[in-house]
Amino acid sequence: MTALEQTQTASTSAGMPAITYNFAYLDEQTKRMIRRAILKAIAIPGYQVPFASREMPMPYGWGTGGVQVTAAILGMDDVLKVIDQGSDDTTNAVAIRGFFETTAPGVATTTRTQDATVIQTRHRVPEQQLQAHQVLVYQVPIPEPLRFLEPRETETRKLHALADYGLMHVKLYEDIARHGHIATTYAYPVEVDGRYVMDPSPIPKFDNPKMDDSPALQLFGAGREKRIYAIPPHTRVVPLDFEDHPFKVQHFAKPCALCAATGVYLDEVILDDRGGRMFVCSDTDYCNTRQAEGHRGEMSALPEAAE
Amino acid sequence: MSTEQTPAASTSELALGFSDPVREAQATFKAVMWAVSRPGHRMPLATNLKPPAPLTPEMAALALALADYETPLWLDPMLAKHKGVADFLRFHTGAPITDDPAAARFALVREPGNLPPFTDFAQGIPEYPDRSTTLILAVTMLSDAPFTLEGPGIKSTRSFGATPLPADFATRWADNRLLFPLGVDLLFTTSGLVSALPRSTRITAEA
Repeated sequence: MTALEQTQTASTSAGMPAITYNFAYLDEQTKRMIRRAILKAIAIPGYQVPFASREMPMPYGWGTGGVQVTAAILGMDDVLKVIDQGSDDTTNAVAIRGFFETTAPGVATTTRTQDATVIQTRHRVPEQQLQAHQVLVYQVPIPEPLRFLEPRETETRKLHALADYGLMHVKLYEDIARHGHIATTYAYPVEVDGRYVMDPSPIPKFDNPKMDDSPALQLFGAGREKRIYAIPPHTRVVPLDFEDHPFKVQHFAKPCALCAATGVYLDEVILDDRGGRMFVCSDTDYCNTRQAEGHRGEMSALPEAAE
Repeated sequence: MSTEQTPAASTSELALGFSDPVREAQATFKAVMWAVSRPGHRMPLATNLKPPAPLTPEMAALALALADYETPLWLDPMLAKHKGVADFLRFHTGAPITDDPAAARFALVREPGNLPPFTDFAQGIPEYPDRSTTLILAVTMLSDAPFTLEGPGIKSTRSFGATPLPADFATRWADNRLLFPLGVDLLFTTSGLVSALPRSTRITAEA
């Protein structure tokens, strides 16, 4: 036995206490502070409530805001789903799901949209219609829709206070002047209940209509920027546009190559270096469910469903 | 009332707080979160707390779940009269008790029939409308009359009522709504239930 091994054995047998965390990682005072911010956010739809964001055991940009919101609302009877760009099995989703499996014992996790009570998402809204008991928690990098137009927080605060959103309309107009159409395709600004203009987080504008009159509660957490905001269920959420340039979502020429779904958001997958590519559902749970139901796209490797 | 008081009653007289703080605080918050998300909707709120009268168990649960050293509490005259209430809240939450309603983040109102004007409380400021007071009211009954509600969180309309409330409640609430995004939010508690009127809600009819 080497010296190193001996040391390790000694420290283990000496009964080093295992590191334990409070349920869902955050301490109770932090949860209370976040919960109070969430209640204000729901009461003032679209308004960004400042909160004392904590340092989390993951870097900024990996969903620290969403994780804190999820940790503050999660109870032992909840079922958690985590998606990253619609997918349950990419790094960010797997890491955050694992984080809560470790720190929130008793909380079940799932990949099925309809079984979840809390869905934490990075940059997508699930294709399946959400239900009244569900909470959708968005990870937000830059919560301030006016930030790239006006860098000063003191000024953007004032613009929100005065409901002065002319700057944003100018930006959209400049898109039209330059490109002939509104070229903003993600993080497309929305007006919430006729008052606050809000950044929906970098979801494709394809998902914007799903925010309007949603039966589910939508919460947004920005960890680095220390803001929480919300859209209550059944709230009017309108993308900004012009009468002669109305808001339009993306359309795809072909259905999903695996499940033949239409009217869903598709990801491009490069297949080779000769221009081969396929378009598949970004929402993996939706795609898998359809394939299990027997739907087959043109590139599906699964056998044809039995008639 | 004064915040400087004689030492608290001996600890043996102090009522217990949550027996399972993590779980009970979460369950209480979740009920309040859904209540605020669906204005006028009555959410079940179970609690085993036995706070000193006249503080009700549901009010105590909300205070313990939401208040701490960062959130000054204001007590209405009925609660302020009973020293045991302030002692209980101070011990379990650590929250300072204030007699200035405008300095309070939460106001506990045991006699909602004698509700002070909403403008006595913090309204927030235009840049930070969240810096406002949330009123926690103990009502004897929550019902479906006489008010019709509209606004975020409500599919088309919802009926709502609470007893007792001041006779001019609808007018006061309309004035509060006019201030939007400033204004106060109301949480109604009664035996086993919690309901809410966030500032975004409009009362569109009174039967």
